[in-house]
Amino acid sequence: MASTISDASLALSAKIVIAGAFGVGKTTFVAAISEIPVASTEALMPVAAAPADDVSFARGKTTTTVAMDFGRIAVDDGLTLYLFGTPGQDRFWFLWDDLARGALAAIVLVDTRNLAASWPAIAYFERRGDIPFTVVVNLFDGQLTHELAEVRDALDLSPGIPLTTADARDRRDVREALRALIRHALNLLPSH
Amino acid sequence: MTRTYALHAPRRPSRVRPYGITRGRTAADRFLGVERLISTVEFDPQRVLGMLPETAAVYEACRYPRTIAELATGLALPLGVIRVLVGDLAAVGRVRIHPPAADIPDRHLLERVLRGLDNL
Ligand SMILES: Nc1nc2c(ncn2[C@@H]2O[C@H](COP(=O)(O)OP(=O)(O)O)[C@@H](O)[C@H]2O)c(=O)[nH]1
Ligand SMILES: [Mg+2]
Repeated sequence: MASTISDASLALSAKIVIAGAFGVGKTTFVAAISEIPVASTEALMPVAAAPADDVSFARGKTTTTVAMDFGRIAVDDGLTLYLFGTPGQDRFWFLWDDLARGALAAIVLVDTRNLAASWPAIAYFERRGDIPFTVVVNLFDGQLTHELAEVRDALDLSPGIPLTTADARDRRDVREALRALIRHALNLLPSH
Repeated sequence: MTRTYALHAPRRPSRVRPYGITRGRTAADRFLGVERLISTVEFDPQRVLGMLPETAAVYEACRYPRTIAELATGLALPLGVIRVLVGDLAAVGRVRIHPPAADIPDRHLLERVLRGLDNL
């Protein structure tokens, strides 16, 4: 039996992480380019132990669910790219680890109205150091209200990290942000 | 153009200096990433009869390759449960865990993704 690149059993996948604070536009960004409606997976999280007087055995008492959104883009016949939005709650860092592991690259979305909310996400990828990332300002009102240099300074972004703008609702903007991300990842590869 | 705005956000303290981009990157291991594709090996409806419902659901769903994340969504089960079910099925050869597109993202893979994005 001849196998071709489109043989389903040979299908390959890769992922990109879309990170950022709650409400920064991650789901909107993924939905703008995904070929499937943005889906949500849930992970069961242990929460603080139930109080001693709680005799309930209900599962809901000891776990909570955290959603992460994802969308999908067919790269070619044999390769599908998945975009995963980080869970809104920054405290679930091990879920970030789960998502980031093996990722091609990551985008940290920021909102200039609350830059501080993006610090943990930027610090996370800086600290890892193994995943190429860019920072993208989501243009909520359709225009940049601050010079990018000011934003870069306020974020104390390393000069090597690209900083651009996008409208998370705009498919072409999202596509361009992803292309810029991949070009950045290519630039970081050791030359030979 | 005059800028009337001042950025009122405080400056983020203490940047961690980035280090080599491949340092710390480990080859793909047995960890099942949310993006990993799973497909059923030679689907046989007879086998479903002896399976627990959740196991059977994964076995049937993966007649077409699906990711761990898609299985969790489609079957409304937590990721951790899906990973256990897939691990059990893979251990007895009922499903195949596709390799990652690359152990470490390389030029070939990134260029392939870039071409795909160009063609969107
Ligand atoms: N006007 C405008 N609204 C946006 C934009 N991006 C996101 N939103 C809205 O902001 C809210 C939060 O966006 P969402 O994608 O859910 O953020 P997430 O929590 O990061 O996933 C939603 O109501 C979106 O419709 C944008 O670029 N412009
Ligand atoms: Mg969201």
